[in-house]
Amino acid sequence: MSEVKFSKEHEWITLEGDVATIGITQHATEMLGDIVFAELPEKGSNVEKDGTAGVVESTKAASDVYTPVSGEVVDINQAIVDDPAKINEDPEGTAWFFKLKMKDISELDSLMNKEEYDKFAKESSS
Amino acid sequence: MEIKKTSLNKLHQDSQAKFVEFAGYEMPIQYSKGIIEEHKFTRLHAGIFDVSHMGQLFIYGNENLTFDLEKIFPLDLKNLQQNCSKYSFLMNEEAGIYDDLIITKMEDGYLIILNAACKEKDFEILSNILSKKYKMELSNDRSLVAIQGPKAAEILNETINGVKNLTFMTGDWFDYNGQKLFITRSGYTGEDGFEVSILNDLAEGFTKSLIKKGAELIGLGARDTLRLEAGLCLYGHELDLNKTPVEANLKWAISKERLSNGGFVGSDKIINQIKEGSKQIRVGIKPKGRLIAREKTKIFNETELPIGEITSGTFGPSINGPIAMGYIDKEFSKINTKILLEVRGKKYPANICKLPFYKKSYVKGVN
Repeated sequence: MSEVKFSKEHEWITLEGDVATIGITQHATEMLGDIVFAELPEKGSNVEKDGTAGVVESTKAASDVYTPVSGEVVDINQAIVDDPAKINEDPEGTAWFFKLKMKDISELDSLMNKEEYDKFAKESSS
Repeated sequence: MEIKKTSLNKLHQDSQAKFVEFAGYEMPIQYSKGIIEEHKFTRLHAGIFDVSHMGQLFIYGNENLTFDLEKIFPLDLKNLQQNCSKYSFLMNEEAGIYDDLIITKMEDGYLIILNAACKEKDFEILSNILSKKYKMELSNDRSLVAIQGPKAAEILNETINGVKNLTFMTGDWFDYNGQKLFITRSGYTGEDGFEVSILNDLAEGFTKSLIKKGAELIGLGARDTLRLEAGLCLYGHELDLNKTPVEANLKWAISKERLSNGGFVGSDKIINQIKEGSKQIRVGIKPKGRLIAREKTKIFNETELPIGEITSGTFGPSINGPIAMGYIDKEFSKINTKILLEVRGKKYPANICKLPFYKKSYVKGVN
């Protein structure tokens, strides 16, 4: 599996072959608070880089989930739709959101590595 | 304008509060445990709420004041006993609501608890009518601390002996460190509890004494989920100048004695609406599944005609599902009526539902 990359919209992404797994970061869940609702893109649909690909709602507010890369949705994590609290428990592990068959792997190049993201997250929350 | 801070601000900071601005005050939205845990803790144990941003208006006077206040509020204040409280409204001539409030008859006048965002305007309106005849004081030197939940009486009684004898919607003065506290058995969570009016200098020490006995600080986030589960209105959401108490389904708060003769601001409209019925009414709404329908969500009937709008919507931690309140055309207000809610461009099914979502456990008295 590839190195984990991160977007400015607080998504993480890993790549296996040409299939990317995408979720939201620990930092994002801390900002959102208790997540009580999740909506994911439809399997088989196509999503575009930086476009919306789902929604999460906390007790406080709704937030869009963006996809950091383009591709076809090949799998979604129904477990987080059924029990959204799982997202707070393990956002960067078992509570992934969706998997995409990527069209253009070079889209990953513009994303941040862990060190860059941690710095970005720290700055954007202060 | 500089943001205002309550006397408990430092305690909030020390307790890892996340702050938001609310009605010009820096207030804790949640602490480290988060809204759901704070909500559940209040329902099972005892939560402490800093509500010092709310207005505490003291108006001093005797029977003449009672007479003059009856021209403003739809209450039978003449027959209200000393130390008893009533929920009421400050209205305009059209029965639009400037504020909802709790008024308590005191030995030397009345204490009115006002919403933070409305208190300056309320004071201006009431001053114009009353200040020539009566001394009025919108207190700056008192904090307001609520303790709510099934353990509230036991915990508060350890610090303030005797409070457990108060019944719901009554109050009294109590001694604390040589100072007088005014405590009412009331609150806005659907739980048994108390609101304590205390001098600013004493508020932090007093609150810490409650924490030591097992109560925990709870933020505005959980306050909102608690009150919504309890089916209680929040000013600026369910209530505003375009809503009347009849439309808000709060006519229980209007004294029957006053309805026969009127004579309070907005009485003509209220009496007429009770007789004729209002076009819309506030209802409880339960979306199907996990969908959360927030404020301003449009409501449709089954043939997709618009019939209303959501005023508050969230996830109810004790209900373990989404809940909402809103205004709907009266013919669709019956319990279990099927409706549709438009969220992010799609329509989802929901039901009209009985209020409150969560059953209250107040300690009832004679009042």
